[in-house]
Amino acid sequence: MTEATIPFEEALAAYDPVLGLEVHVELNTATKMFCGCATTFGAEPNSQVCPTCLGLPGALPVVNEKGVESAIRIGLALNCEIAEWCRFARKNYFYPDMPKNFQTSQYDEPISFGGFLDVELDDGTVYRVEIERAHMEEDTGKSLHVGGATGRIHGADHSLVDYNRAGIPLIEIVTKPMLGTGERAPEIARAYVAALRDLVKALGVSDVKMEQGSMRCDVNLSLMPKGSTTLGTRSETKNVNSLRSVERAVRYEIGRHGAILSSGGKVVQETRHWHEDTGITTSGREKSDAEDYRYFPEPDLVPVAPSRETVEALRATLPENPAARLRRLQSTWGYSDLEMRDVVNAGLVETIEETVAAGATPAGARKWWSGEVARRANTDGQDVSSYAAGLGVTPAHVVELEGLVTAGRLNDSMARQVWEGVLDGEGTPTLVADARGLELVRDDGALEAAVDAVIAANPEVADKIREGKVQAAGALIGQVMKAMKGQADAAKARALILAKLGQS
Amino acid sequence: MAELTRDDVAHLAGLARIDLSDAELDRMVGELGVILESVAKVQKAPTDGVEPMSHPLPLTNVTRADVVVPSLGTQAVLAAAPAVEDDRFSVPRILTED
Repeated sequence: MTEATIPFEEALAAYDPVLGLEVHVELNTATKMFCGCATTFGAEPNSQVCPTCLGLPGALPVVNEKGVESAIRIGLALNCEIAEWCRFARKNYFYPDMPKNFQTSQYDEPISFGGFLDVELDDGTVYRVEIERAHMEEDTGKSLHVGGATGRIHGADHSLVDYNRAGIPLIEIVTKPMLGTGERAPEIARAYVAALRDLVKALGVSDVKMEQGSMRCDVNLSLMPKGSTTLGTRSETKNVNSLRSVERAVRYEIGRHGAILSSGGKVVQETRHWHEDTGITTSGREKSDAEDYRYFPEPDLVPVAPSRETVEALRATLPENPAARLRRLQSTWGYSDLEMRDVVNAGLVETIEETVAAGATPAGARKWWSGEVARRANTDGQDVSSYAAGLGVTPAHVVELEGLVTAGRLNDSMARQVWEGVLDGEGTPTLVADARGLELVRDDGALEAAVDAVIAANPEVADKIREGKVQAAGALIGQVMKAMKGQADAAKARALILAKLGQS
Repeated sequence: MAELTRDDVAHLAGLARIDLSDAELDRMVGELGVILESVAKVQKAPTDGVEPMSHPLPLTNVTRADVVVPSLGTQAVLAAAPAVEDDRFSVPRILTED
């Protein structure tokens, strides 16, 4: 059922969007949050469950130490305060994906709160997203709906549940309402989720693979009439699981809310489902009031009270902020904004970092990794680093190739042929150059003879150069290179021509 | 404290998925009312300067290392399920989406 929407621009002419994002990050701990069951992705159904995560009577949960540490590190990276003392709470609801009939979560005492994340947009402007809280909880089981349309709840006659995921640690990161985003709301939402993903990835506490569900995003959106300061009724769109979808879902909801409000209607506070294929949202279950979950402190777990020493020790383990790191690398490498963006988008930052560390120039590292190898990786549907690793091509190869050029053994076009050979699995650059007989002619006598012949054959050009038109040398260099079958050093040829014509 | 109403009890019964008949509802309003009155007396105790307690044991930070221990095993897990299909718990249709 499609609902009415109005164009995005029309909605924004009359209303200001207010955005709120809830992101769930699944931690990459070896075990679940409250029991020692493994968390391996893709294991046989119900093979990683025990009495605790099944909620069997008498089973007692115990908190995973690494889960708490990861939660604190995420909180610190988001500039949050870390609670000196906090508890878990039971969020009570009946749904078969949670066999205990409650989810162990945190309610009014989150482990971290009151932070922010500065998000850099494409044009370089920075939007500060205020973080309300980041709390610990556990994931639910996975339901497969059988009958009716594949996988959807609608029309299913029964559901099949796998509890392997039930109890895997989650950190839920909740923003404060984001105001003043205007027409950039969709872009900011996307940029925030991307920045958060990069940050969590840099922390190494989660795979943050949106396509595998280890990072999931709920989008809260409301509109308020321009100039108003009273928040409107919001909708909560669940499971928006790609960066592009986050942007689209915000845009769609702005148009839908706009249509309801501008026709004098009232937005219903509800959960919405996002449909990736059609790019729309549809109504889900109505949102229960918070009190309907009847939260209460979890009696089976004792409070978490991280000492300030622990917190500071964890703070010392924080990696450099990903955005700041990119700025630092760009300035060290001397790349233009465009070059840096291409390198980032191609996933080449780490590879180039390693290559430069191994001794290559930043320009050389970028050139060799983003040319032919990137094209081949792309054809193969892989990112460059995994593709290169699969071929056994390493930063050392780039360093060696560059060395052959600097040493004057190869010119640029030869180096390209050698690199192709390396990618074809013919061995190291030196081996490829040897095998293919690629080497600049070092016999200066042969080069000199070629230069003399070309000057003799082009007296008019030679005269021009004698008169000082040095740029005319290009035509002669081209002919010398041709005579040498490409195996000459063009710079050397140029120097020789100019010297013979009195211009050096 | 406000008096517990029949609507409150019906609401709570709904949340807890307990199906109460009219007669049971009437009885529960009275019984729960008495319990609430008794608990209300505790709330009158002077607690100024007393730290709230959430656990009878004065413990914090009871954790375990992130080390895998064997799970129950799929067969044992599914033996407890009322209905099984494809190694998963088969449950009635959940909610309608639209």
